Amino acid sequence: MTVSRATLLAVAAISAAILAYQVLLMRLFSILSWHHFAYMIISIALLGFGASGTVLALAQHRLLPRFAAVFAACAALFAITAVGSFTLAMRLPFNALAIVWDARQLLWLTLSYALLVLPFFFGGGMIGLAFSRFSNEIGRLYAYDLIGAGIGALGVVGILFVLSPTATLRLVAALGLLSAALVLAPAARIARASAVGVAAAALLVALWLPPALTTLHPHISQYKGLAMALRVPDARVIEERSSPLGFVSVVESPTIPFRHAPGLSLNNITEPPLQLGVFTDAESISAITRFEGDLQALRYLDFTTSALPYHLLDDPEVLILGAGGGEQVLLALYHEAPEIDAVELNPDVMELVADDYADFAGGIYDRPEVDVYLSEARSFVRRTPERYDLIQIPLLYSFGAAAAGTQSLHESYTYTVEAMRDYLRRLEPGGMLSITLWLKLPPRDTLKLFATAVEALEESGVADPGEQLVLIRSWKTATLLMKNGAFTPAEIAALKNFAAGRSFDLAYYPGIRAEEANRYNILERPYFFEGATALLGPNAKDYIEGYKFAIGPASDDQPYFYDFFKWRFLPELLRLRTQGAAAMLDMGYLILFATLVQAAILSLVLILAPLAIRRKTFGGTAPKARTSVYFLALGLAFLFIEIAYIQRFILFLGHPLYAVAVVLAGFLIFAGVGSALAPRLDRAMSRRDGSSPLDAVRVAVLGIGAIAILYMFLLPPLFGALITLPDMAKIAVSLMLIAPLACFMGMPFPLGIARVARVSADLIPWAWGINGCASVIAAILATLLAIHIGFTAVVAIAVGLYFAAALALERRIPVLNPADDPA
Amino acid sequence: MSGPTPLAAAVIAALALTTSALAQEFTDERAAMIDTIEEHARLAPGAIEDGQLDPAVLQAMREIPRHEFVPEDVRAYAYQDRPLPIGYGQTISQPFIVALMTDLLDVVPGDKVLEIGTGSGYQAAVLSPLAERVYSIEIVPELGQRAGEVLDELDFANVETKIADGYYGWPEEAPFDAIVVTAAASHIPPPLVEQLKPGGRMVIPIGGPFSAQQLMLVEKLPDGGVTTRQLLPVQFVPFTRAQ
Repeated sequence: MTVSRATLLAVAAISAAILAYQVLLMRLFSILSWHHFAYMIISIALLGFGASGTVLALAQHRLLPRFAAVFAACAALFAITAVGSFTLAMRLPFNALAIVWDARQLLWLTLSYALLVLPFFFGGGMIGLAFSRFSNEIGRLYAYDLIGAGIGALGVVGILFVLSPTATLRLVAALGLLSAALVLAPAARIARASAVGVAAAALLVALWLPPALTTLHPHISQYKGLAMALRVPDARVIEERSSPLGFVSVVESPTIPFRHAPGLSLNNITEPPLQLGVFTDAESISAITRFEGDLQALRYLDFTTSALPYHLLDDPEVLILGAGGGEQVLLALYHEAPEIDAVELNPDVMELVADDYADFAGGIYDRPEVDVYLSEARSFVRRTPERYDLIQIPLLYSFGAAAAGTQSLHESYTYTVEAMRDYLRRLEPGGMLSITLWLKLPPRDTLKLFATAVEALEESGVADPGEQLVLIRSWKTATLLMKNGAFTPAEIAALKNFAAGRSFDLAYYPGIRAEEANRYNILERPYFFEGATALLGPNAKDYIEGYKFAIGPASDDQPYFYDFFKWRFLPELLRLRTQGAAAMLDMGYLILFATLVQAAILSLVLILAPLAIRRKTFGGTAPKARTSVYFLALGLAFLFIEIAYIQRFILFLGHPLYAVAVVLAGFLIFAGVGSALAPRLDRAMSRRDGSSPLDAVRVAVLGIGAIAILYMFLLPPLFGALITLPDMAKIAVSLMLIAPLACFMGMPFPLGIARVARVSADLIPWAWGINGCASVIAAILATLLAIHIGFTAVVAIAVGLYFAAALALERRIPVLNPADDPA
Repeated sequence: MSGPTPLAAAVIAALALTTSALAQEFTDERAAMIDTIEEHARLAPGAIEDGQLDPAVLQAMREIPRHEFVPEDVRAYAYQDRPLPIGYGQTISQPFIVALMTDLLDVVPGDKVLEIGTGSGYQAAVLSPLAERVYSIEIVPELGQRAGEVLDELDFANVETKIADGYYGWPEEAPFDAIVVTAAASHIPPPLVEQLKPGGRMVIPIGGPFSAQQLMLVEKLPDGGVTTRQLLPVQFVPFTRAQ
């Protein structure tokens, strides 16, 4: 049975639609709810792939003879449920925040899973069906599947820059219908007529759907900042912008103004000027402050902990990493900094201040002393040849690859040991890095930041890191200073003066005495002083070890600055949760772990179901244990490498979004090429002497292992040398680096399917389902593993899994030979 | 013919029985809630002296029908020691936290108390029997109106509510002996500090809608100076002693 070009395109189309839908759902649910719950719901929904494999394995004998009709029906159902499931799921009264208190929330959560699994079930079913139907051409089919997915990944990111998420949802549904039209086109006349009808429907859906189905606003969680701001009388959204980086809403509240000034000293008496609230994904408020040239109106900013460095430095040249609404630029202007470079990640946020609301913001970005750069912070610091007197990192709304729709848990390359060393290198002698964080109790992030700074200084060869660090706190924020050089007595005098005038507490400075530490904003113990002193002392390791939250330094290999979870202390926190410790539970980690457990249990059920239901007949005498290990290992390993490489390339490509789009698309497309080449490699290897221990699978696995290990050593210096290249050149270099690895990675799956087809074609959908389940588990597991052992180890484990897969596949199964294929 | 018919009498009697049974039921639930609060308080000596909450606070909470302040669909949980949603993105705090915050305010008879963020109105109700007068400001009109009605219906005559911007406090009635700020704010409005009497106390819970993470106590010294204290509602030492 030869597969038609139209069917191949139909597979590519549905593949693109599924991948785009996955990225899009992450976007949509991040706006409606919170990132980590969105992640959990989508991960579980992706098990629809596994479920489709199981159902196909059981029902393929009835479905395969009506391939075109079933494929088209599934495509239509994909399109319907892609919109329908989402529109119903966003209407469920699920309140993620109440999950600690209210068991009913689990019911709503389960219902979300049940709804959202449907589009992935139908979409996955279509691909599995095609694999079973045309198993003799699995290389080509899988190539179209992967290349389609790659185009979907890249396409959706591009489209999200132009269209709103809801308009993009219509396109995804339309693409599903288009896939149905494609598969019907070459069939009989009646089918061709229906193909025209379905294509017309696709066009209609792409252009219009009842707005009530997809309107997000009424369904945004009432507990998110945007929803709360809009409850205030006369508050209204005056502008909305959407990109894959986030959904930005500008809110005006004329009657009861925003007065955003986190952690302002109680000694301040100046009311902040009028502001516009800027919300990203309906949360993370930042403010554009009205500025009419009167610096005195900005005096309140001098009563925040972030103002400290300006009192220790004279006329500093400043770099602000994370400009947001421009608050830190205003602070620098207030202190008459002669040079201000402001870096912002999100072009929408930058344009709001630079263009749309430039008049309101007093044209701060047009001032001669201010230069604005659109870049990721870390990557800017690596590229710039400049040196600064002050590098200021204000309270950031967190952003990682996560926000762009990949499946990870808020990694941050801003607060790692390597990042601190990068900042240090860009400081003039005597210059300072200033980082402000929220003050949380019991202390977590502030101490982790301090530990990270100490390690960075030690690694930079500083003999006494304590001489170069200062930590102060208000009732709500903490600011760390790291100086390129030792603090002088004059600076320390200025520090004390600054803190006393604002009732800020000194938590650490070289020479601090215990009694100075806990004076104005009194804690039960001087926790921050104790922590900082311990982290500089000889028993720092013991202190980190004995601390009940993970406060060890974050690194580029384990960039989970915001993860503080320790298993050992979970029982204590759970016991205390109703007394007020609920906020100390690290929900991000727990949700990730809960997702893994759910995915593992459901996968096991899906994988074992066909074996249990059709115990006698399923797959005949084919080696099912080995087959399942093979496809499980491949699914895990492919995603492990893909996810680790997205992380690796973030710093090089300079933007989490570029990394996601380029790396994901690169892996999928070149794996598609590999898949298309696989049959050739197989034929070439089978022509060789039969006694050779090498077959195509083993050659591919050796290729993967060799390249992955080579890259562990090659990439860091290569990235260092090439980081200043223009973006397009870096993208090209990235794709060239990914190509050989991905090409080999695309081979084992189709080679394995081809072999399974020889023994028992029954097993093909089952293998497809296993691979689907493994992919879901892998995405979650990769993050958990990276939190504990780092991304380098994740790659090493992936290589091990590829080798395990190669060993699991018995060589005595005949190799592929299309000429005598039973189909 | 005068007086109720036998049928009507029976209906009225049954209603009265049901109502009193309901009231009785809630009395038991309230008593159980107070037990839970006291137990939590004993375990959090950091925030409370001797682990003992002011008996007057507990007495107020024992009497006030908390279920009247929550929406019908969560009424069944009104006396459980947990926060509940009240609509409009707001919650009614966990009873233990309400008790703790009220205790920290140190309200004595004759005091004037200001509340920023009326929410459900329950906190104002708990303050009502302890203080001379309670002034409460809500920013969300729907919430403020509902809370005002409930407080009126239940006859909390010394509570006055208004819908306004809490930033400027209630200057006409200032100064206050105690201020409680339950509405999330990025900073403490200077007018509120100004409207606090020397020797007065202000309490601010810091944290998300379903998780009071820490409580901030602002004390205005007799000389007008201000100190703040951060209290965890729970006894928790974040480190273990190194061996």
